[in-house]
Amino acid sequence: MFRKAGLWLTIAILAALFLAACGATPTAAPVPSAAAAQPTTAPVAPTAAPTAAPTKAPTTAPTTAPTAAPTILPTVAPATGGAPRELVVMSHDSWAASDDVVAAFEKANNVKLKILKSGDAGAALNKAILAKGSPLGDVFFGVDNTFLSRALKADIFEPYKPVAADKLPAAYVLDPKFNLTPTDYGDVCLNYDKAYFAKKNIPAPQSLDDLTKPAYKGMTVVENPATSSPGLAFLIATIGKYGADKYIDYWKALRANNVLVSEGWEDAYYAKSSWGGKGGDRPIVVSYATSPAAEVFFSDGKLKEPPTGNVLGESACFRQIEFVGVLKGAKNPDLARKFVDFMLSKAFQEDIPGQMFVYPVMADAKLPDFYSWAQKADKPAAVTADAIDANREKWISAWTDAVLR
Amino acid sequence: MAAPLGWLLPGGFLLLFYFYPLAAIFQRSLAPDGAFDWDGVARVLATPYFANVLGFTVAQAALSTALTVLCGLPAAYVLSRWEFPGQALVRAVITVPFLLPTIVVALGFSIILGPAGWINTLLQQAFGLDEPPIKLLNTVWIIIVAHIYYNVSVVVRIVGNFWAHLDPQLESAAQMLGASRWRAFREVTLPLLAPALVAASLLVFVFDFTSFGVVLLLGGPRLATLEVEIYRQTVNLFDLPVAAVLSLVQIGVTFGLMALYARVQSALARPLRLRPQQITRRIPHTTGERAAIALTLGTLVVFVALPLVALAAQSVSTADGFGLRYYTELFVNRRNSVTYVPPIEAVWNSLAFAVLTIALALPLGTLSAQRLMQARWRWLDPVLMLPLATSAVTLGFGFILALGPPINLRSSAWLVPFAHALIAFPFVVRSVLPVLRSIRPNLREAARVLGASPAHAWRAVDLPIITRALVAGAVFTFTVSVGEFGATSLVGRPEMPTMPVAIFRLLGQPGALNSGQALALSTILVLVSISAIMLMERLRWEGADF
Repeated sequence: MFRKAGLWLTIAILAALFLAACGATPTAAPVPSAAAAQPTTAPVAPTAAPTAAPTKAPTTAPTTAPTAAPTILPTVAPATGGAPRELVVMSHDSWAASDDVVAAFEKANNVKLKILKSGDAGAALNKAILAKGSPLGDVFFGVDNTFLSRALKADIFEPYKPVAADKLPAAYVLDPKFNLTPTDYGDVCLNYDKAYFAKKNIPAPQSLDDLTKPAYKGMTVVENPATSSPGLAFLIATIGKYGADKYIDYWKALRANNVLVSEGWEDAYYAKSSWGGKGGDRPIVVSYATSPAAEVFFSDGKLKEPPTGNVLGESACFRQIEFVGVLKGAKNPDLARKFVDFMLSKAFQEDIPGQMFVYPVMADAKLPDFYSWAQKADKPAAVTADAIDANREKWISAWTDAVLR
Repeated sequence: MAAPLGWLLPGGFLLLFYFYPLAAIFQRSLAPDGAFDWDGVARVLATPYFANVLGFTVAQAALSTALTVLCGLPAAYVLSRWEFPGQALVRAVITVPFLLPTIVVALGFSIILGPAGWINTLLQQAFGLDEPPIKLLNTVWIIIVAHIYYNVSVVVRIVGNFWAHLDPQLESAAQMLGASRWRAFREVTLPLLAPALVAASLLVFVFDFTSFGVVLLLGGPRLATLEVEIYRQTVNLFDLPVAAVLSLVQIGVTFGLMALYARVQSALARPLRLRPQQITRRIPHTTGERAAIALTLGTLVVFVALPLVALAAQSVSTADGFGLRYYTELFVNRRNSVTYVPPIEAVWNSLAFAVLTIALALPLGTLSAQRLMQARWRWLDPVLMLPLATSAVTLGFGFILALGPPINLRSSAWLVPFAHALIAFPFVVRSVLPVLRSIRPNLREAARVLGASPAHAWRAVDLPIITRALVAGAVFTFTVSVGEFGATSLVGRPEMPTMPVAIFRLLGQPGALNSGQALALSTILVLVSISAIMLMERLRWEGADF
């Protein structure tokens, strides 16, 4: 009895799923098309196709790509008219933009944008470095100031000074040669659970010093700086605050106060925090200054104000600045440069906060309403990109010895 | 089934998608200027920490494996020897953990075992405790529990499939001759099961040995395995020489184990009179038998299902109480994001990739197993298992270096099923090989004498017998493909996310709506997978059980 019923139930569920999938997206091609196996850097570049595959009959589907390697093809192509060229933007996983903003850029430049998300910030940059000489894309977005020196040393970018370069606040221009152009920034700060402290009748923490006090024992979660980008940013904040010779003492005190170390942001924020609702009990977590605003925005429609607040004391936060650059050997360097300009345009800058939950670099870009809940650090920790690059490993290994071993 | 072709396909596949990329990344890491640079080796040797990591990796893997086999054996017995309603569902449920992304399992464990989780809250309220009594997270014990959680189905399937065909008369005969039940099991059944048992233990060991997500997330930062260290060295420190040396150690240890295993295996394997399952299975009659079965499986199912239930429960508890808000939200492109992909497409992508992976891995694995059985070179078997021992990030970076122009497969969507097949086909080999080896050669000889061509003999004799093992291989392949995250996130294309990738994207941002949707999608992943696994087991072709 059961066996039969189980079988039919199974078939019914799968059939329903297939129907739902097909119904929802009639044009979706679930099975990778033949074109996908071809050089994806120029699968629909008709300007290249005739020379590359002269034997291909014109009746073949438009998605059939030339079989020859695109690297040997001339890169010249008409800027306007004809079918759009493809611009490949390599980025980390958090890249996001609004449909209409991207569509306007695509239309204006007769281009089709392809976003190649390549893992977290570190993995994506390392992939770009390994592919030096035959880049996976034209532009790379998502180098931050903790990785800046690694990127510049690897020499994978082609300098391009964007049209709006003069309008960029000087504090964010860390590469005067413009191999990399700043596009946005975000503060890594401690978030705390407002309801928790109200209920326990303890004042919310105000500074990094507070975390080592007995009243806050066993309350803090940080991410491991060796595996997590906010974890590294917070470690650097403590170095900015206490100095490269004293920060270890701070961490020893934090350890004595029972700090919990988590490997990644997802685990720390959801599974370990007292507001995540997933079994955690820690009311203080290293996250972003914009996280409270995101809590309201993604609150299931229920919250009128954030459940969390930021610890914004002096040097309590580290400011991560993100950069974009044209990859050396790009197939469409002209379009790549246009894309860099596009990322600094008003339309894109104003799109950044609602899509990527960081701040635009351009001062005149308007912020969305829900950003009234986001706070910025007045005095983020001051540590230079060069100092970070020179000491990153040393700092992390000293931290590991002091906190984990 | 010409012999050269039998090797050509799996050999060529391994060469292009495994050895070539691996050689490329090792060359780049260890000999960037052509000559071998000993710097990486020297630094690994000079750092005692890495020796500790290796020691911990081996120790936790050994303990995890032993406990997984102990937990899996009773379930394998019950599922293979007894017939009762709900069997297929039980099988499917215990296979599910295998395909869940670690972060999701970590959340499930935390909801139940976390300091403010279900069990601790319950105990605290019941006994008026100030402190949560259970503190398992970030200890080695949670790693071991999670390893059992993930791998128990490997034991159940590989050992169970073999057990299901053992002739029960052998054990009965021993008992008739005066042996106790236990003695009959120990001296008759256990030795016969040995090849499958060793195969399963070995797979589990390799999985525990190369464990990444479980150790990283549940074990916390104080505990690191080789695989975790390889990831840190590659991605965070970009110290490729050290990463390459550690990778080589990991591959070397696995190769050594597998080589040892190949020797043991050929010593253990013996041709058997395998019986159809219909004959070996019994329907429980007495209350005692029923109770024993219920207890064995009940414990396992509760253990496996509890975190899944926790996830599902969280996915329907919204700010307004019970509701399907997180499910309906899955279909809303809230921010009009250009990179937004409707989650139903992720379901569809995952299924399509899984089907392609099965289509690749089953023939590759079967051909390899077939060849292995006849090959005289003992080192070939361990070589086939190496993809399992290789870090996803090492291989992913190898793809970038090796598959660029002129091959240019680097950003092809095909890389996903290829990478999945690479990881999955050793499972097919391990499921099929013990069964193939136990087929009595005189069956094939009889077929040949009666005039069958080798291909016909294979179809008539081997295929029906290995069908069950093939289904097991297909199920493994499916779970590997659907659940794979590391390699997929490195080689996959963003517009074709799989379910784990989509879940991970949702969990990457704050807010109840994001985590709720991630849990909703995880629940869908579980339901789709259970259905697909049950369907696969039903689709065994005619005469599947001999």
